[in-house]
Amino acid sequence: MWEYSEKVKEHFYQPRNVGVLEGANGVGDVGSISCGDALRLSIQVNPDSEVIENATFQTFGCGSAIASSSALTEIIKGLTIEEALKVTNQDIADYLDGLPPEKMHCSVMGREALQAAVANYRGVEWKDDHEEGALVCKCFAVDAVMIEDTIRANGLRTVQDVTNYTKAGGGCCACHEGIEEILAKVLAAQGIAFDPEAGKAAEPEPLPIAASAKPGKAPLTLVQRIRRIEAVIESIRPNLRMDGGDAELVDVDGNTVYVKMTGACSGCSMAAMTIGGIQQRLMEDLGEFIKVIPADKAVAVREPRTSAAAGA
Amino acid sequence: MSDIYLDNNATTACDPKVVEAMLPYFLEQFGNPSSIHSFGSGVGRAVSKARKQVQELLGAEHDSEIIFTSCGTESDNTAILSALKCFPNRKEIITTAVEHPAILALCAQLEKEGYTIHRLKVDGKGRLDLEEYRKLLSPNVAIVSVMWANNETGTLFPVEEMVEMAHAAGIQFHTDAVQAVGKVAIDLKSTKIDMLSVSGHKLHAPKGIGVLYLRRGVRFRPLLRGGHQERGRRAGTENAASVVGLGKACELALEHIAFENVQVKALRDRLEQNILSQVPHCFVTGDPVNRLPNTANIAFEYIEGEAILMLLNKKGIAASSGSACTSGSLEPSHVMRAMDIPYTAAHGTIRFSLSRYNTQAEIDRVIEAVPPIVAQLRKLSPYWGEDGPVAEPEKAFAPVYA
Repeated sequence: MWEYSEKVKEHFYQPRNVGVLEGANGVGDVGSISCGDALRLSIQVNPDSEVIENATFQTFGCGSAIASSSALTEIIKGLTIEEALKVTNQDIADYLDGLPPEKMHCSVMGREALQAAVANYRGVEWKDDHEEGALVCKCFAVDAVMIEDTIRANGLRTVQDVTNYTKAGGGCCACHEGIEEILAKVLAAQGIAFDPEAGKAAEPEPLPIAASAKPGKAPLTLVQRIRRIEAVIESIRPNLRMDGGDAELVDVDGNTVYVKMTGACSGCSMAAMTIGGIQQRLMEDLGEFIKVIPADKAVAVREPRTSAAAGA
Repeated sequence: MSDIYLDNNATTACDPKVVEAMLPYFLEQFGNPSSIHSFGSGVGRAVSKARKQVQELLGAEHDSEIIFTSCGTESDNTAILSALKCFPNRKEIITTAVEHPAILALCAQLEKEGYTIHRLKVDGKGRLDLEEYRKLLSPNVAIVSVMWANNETGTLFPVEEMVEMAHAAGIQFHTDAVQAVGKVAIDLKSTKIDMLSVSGHKLHAPKGIGVLYLRRGVRFRPLLRGGHQERGRRAGTENAASVVGLGKACELALEHIAFENVQVKALRDRLEQNILSQVPHCFVTGDPVNRLPNTANIAFEYIEGEAILMLLNKKGIAASSGSACTSGSLEPSHVMRAMDIPYTAAHGTIRFSLSRYNTQAEIDRVIEAVPPIVAQLRKLSPYWGEDGPVAEPEKAFAPVYA
């Protein structure tokens, strides 16, 4: 069974704002084909202020679909339409203290229901631009449709390419067979044969700074060392930004590097893997042991909480 | 109150007598059954005894027809791959659309490697069309593999009749009997079945032990080569403690087979009839008159299975579902789809699978728990109105699917 947070269970066992909404002036009906789940969101908008004064839901779906629907109605009540449309599926997941990767699409369905309900309120037709396929990479919650689209859009050839562009396959590597199958299928449609050995040639160029520094044996100055660390983190940031997250170098203390995770990375259940990835890249680049610690944890380490001390 | 376990088609509790029989084979009798010394010979005798116990439950003619494996999946893979090696010129396999993934996933892989897979369709009650089957039998077919009983619905297939048809066409026949063994009477010597898979943990033996029955004289190629264990047909040092446990479990299963078919069946029927009479808009899937005595698979329309399971779990009741959400896949169970059960019902299927350990008091608690859970979830459902489905549910709620 899934590991649901207490918050998810609570919203499933006692869902808020259930049922038909009398006086609703916006209704959104959406479904997620990947789960067979479906959701009707009803909103009552004040036409003068555009504030969502009330919201209810009806959901045909699993525990996390019901919890996501309940969370969505709680989040948007009292917001203006403009504010509500800025709510991301990550916000819904965060509100519930996270969802298992296989269940993130339940939060996507919530956001889509909101868009559909707003479109219905405004009297326009809502068109869904989001397609979802089978979950391929469980570490980073990447589905087959996203992998296929990214391969086509960027002319990818290898599993390593796919990992670089989508993060899929960058964790436990168990899905590499699945990624190879998708590559073979997409490439075959373009008349190209998939070559599993092509990865060697497609390796990304080493970072210029790393390449130029490698021959020299002279120890780095502190400034050079911090620049190197920064360059590595810079090279990872585009991937993080694609997921709505970011990372920033905060401090370097001997072999310990403090990194601040922000946006979707902060509080994400995958943050530990991202941190591990940064640490691995730093070690490869600097050729020494590096420990990466999230900056918020650093505070906790340096200033022990008094309550914990008192309890002990 | 202790929790109620109604998920025995997934796995069963080890019988305490099975555990008791196994215990000496961890600390005292740890020898290798192949060894000549006293440490080994006692274990060797215990393995022989277990083989006879399995033979008796299956009604096999010879104990040498019993090959111990690591699980039902290994037995299934061994059987199919053996036939392909024995008949390299035959490039077709006949199976059904509702097999266990141990067969279906292997066949999907073989299809990619160039084999032709014929998956027999089933009707709305999960029954096969033997005329469709007959037409597919040809000298190009290496093996037929058809399950004895379906794990989700309990529906039984006429394997004894199907093996006659396969043999008439000169084709080997394998059956995945993982769900059937211990629940239905089996007498292999009076059938022509060539190969049959058993899984220990479905009949109160531990996980990690299985059997491939291989009829004497049937052409065979091993999956694992190495030592001479199992007469060279499955190399690898015997999992002696588990083999002993499976032997004991088979002995107990034989003792209880009447109990399964009378008392357990009566409990299953009590559960099913009460739920059907108290909950509107639900129905039994599969073939109610021809199925395992312990299995009831009920589709609750307009609600989703994982949500039902979570609420059952909160009440201390364990069952399973054919919904997509519980499998982590895109679709509801392939068995429900093969039977053409509508999506709004297929997602809401719940399998209750009983064992000889369930009591009437437990079943009565489940009967009490289910109707309010279904009603609670229907209150949330966009397909459900005040006290029944909305008029024309499919039209009243037609979401934009992404």
